[in-house]
Amino acid sequence: MSGQAVLTGIHFINGDEACCEGALAAGCRFFAGYPITPATEIAEGMSRRLPEVGGIYIQMEDELAAMAAVLGGSWGGAKAMTSTSGPGFSLMMENIGLGACTETPCVVCNVQRAGPSTGLPTLVGQADMMQARWGSHGDYEIIAISPSSPQEMFDFTIKAFNLAEQYRVPVMIMADEVVGHMTERVLIPPAKGIKIVNRKKPSISPKKYMPYKPDSDYVTPMANFGDGYHMHVTGLTHDERGYPVMDSATQEQMISRLVKKIRNNAEKIIDYDAYHIENADVVVVAYGISARSAKRAVMDARENGIKAGFIKLNTVWPFPEKLFNELAGNVKAMIMAEINMGQMVLELERCAAGQCLVRLVSHAGGAIIKPRSILEAIQATLKESS
Amino acid sequence: MAASKEKEIVITGFGGQGIILTGNILGKAAVINDNKHAIMIQSYGPEARGGACSSQVIISDEEILSPSVEEPQVLICMNQEGYDKNVESLVPKGLLVWDTDLVETSELDPSWTTYHIPSTRFAEEMGNKMMANIVMLGFLSSISELVSVESLKKAVLSSVPPRTKDNNSKAFDRGREYGEAILKSRSKQDKNRGQA
Repeated sequence: MSGQAVLTGIHFINGDEACCEGALAAGCRFFAGYPITPATEIAEGMSRRLPEVGGIYIQMEDELAAMAAVLGGSWGGAKAMTSTSGPGFSLMMENIGLGACTETPCVVCNVQRAGPSTGLPTLVGQADMMQARWGSHGDYEIIAISPSSPQEMFDFTIKAFNLAEQYRVPVMIMADEVVGHMTERVLIPPAKGIKIVNRKKPSISPKKYMPYKPDSDYVTPMANFGDGYHMHVTGLTHDERGYPVMDSATQEQMISRLVKKIRNNAEKIIDYDAYHIENADVVVVAYGISARSAKRAVMDARENGIKAGFIKLNTVWPFPEKLFNELAGNVKAMIMAEINMGQMVLELERCAAGQCLVRLVSHAGGAIIKPRSILEAIQATLKESS
Repeated sequence: MAASKEKEIVITGFGGQGIILTGNILGKAAVINDNKHAIMIQSYGPEARGGACSSQVIISDEEILSPSVEEPQVLICMNQEGYDKNVESLVPKGLLVWDTDLVETSELDPSWTTYHIPSTRFAEEMGNKMMANIVMLGFLSSISELVSVESLKKAVLSSVPPRTKDNNSKAFDRGREYGEAILKSRSKQDKNRGQA
């Protein structure tokens, strides 16, 4: 153990490398994964860096096993993560559901490439957004965040671990190929200046401990395997003791809490940046790499005298319903810019509830959306709405 | 539609020439040593040693939003294919730099500023043609004002393996001195022309 976990200073590194440094700074000490373009540099970086700080890296036989190992690592007490791209993300879905059901804190970084299937391995996409939310079967909630720069790959990876630990939930970092591979300035602050959240531990004796009895925030304190607490962890519907109970009442109790712990804390979880949305006629909404083109387009639109505003979604799930429901009443139109055939725009439409026009500017993947395309969409949408 | 203060640079060559490292060093010099903003993106296809390869760098005093380089103001060509593929994208009044021995140029836009240097030959003479990219960076430090000479050299030395620092430092200086000599002879020519 020779290395420093927090490499304080200014760096010129790519998004994948920044993700590794963010993970280490957040306290991640376990990574299990299977390399895949364009997320390979995360696995590479973790295999190099984790042993330096006393952590463990395991190269698994596939992504099913990788996700299973991450859950095990977390129950063993480590902050655990994996990284992948579309095809691997699909394979992880079963165990992501197990993670949601067993309320296992963990982080999955999906550096999105264009799909479906093998798709465009080396080129950008943002088409796994609904999969992040709905990819495993059954009812559950997860948290997903979307970085749009190497700096945010660092910052948001820390945020992902903090959210995972706070809410005992798998957190997805929905990055993309361009953000993962672009090299840019990354400022790593001193370790003291980084806010770290650790999972709640039981404060009562092992005899009295109920592993799934929640506190008022719907989150239950978590004992590690080996701490001396009696643990039963199962994907079957379970009661507050963690024992399987096969009936509708227990199902109702368990699922409503899994859902409520995110939905009822949504306002605390949701994070976004707003730019000139007051008095805007049209607001462009984007996340990940598309947020950069969108901001450029909105700045250009404002220079041309158009009252345009911009919202950058930092949290994509839970979706900021209240924000957009209120905003829709004050603007003529909202435009979602994303590299897919229309995914988060459906959420925007749902929240707008017919109060304003909602339009999509997008393409199927392989390249970023050009600022010019978004500017043209702003102009066309305004024309349509007047 | 890049912001007007952004400098877009494309570096092209083949895999194995250190094209990506060259872009990385340039960006690093701007960000870490000159306190500017920079982005480096590499062309990323199923390409390996010997295949076409390019890195794109944007340097700016302000935050850089869109990372795509569409109208480069600087084009550096380390092989023929890179030149052929990219030369038409160079903007009027752009800066074109190529390796004398590896690129044969066609008719050039008279508004461009052009330079060439036998960087690979110089590197070979110094014992390692792998250093051609560092010779090129040294050359670039004297003929352009993208980043300062000192910060670029510092970025070179912090990016190469420790045991190769001396040789890379010499390679950088070889390129820089060659560039300074060209600048001197060009300004002399200009002066003579002024007197005539």
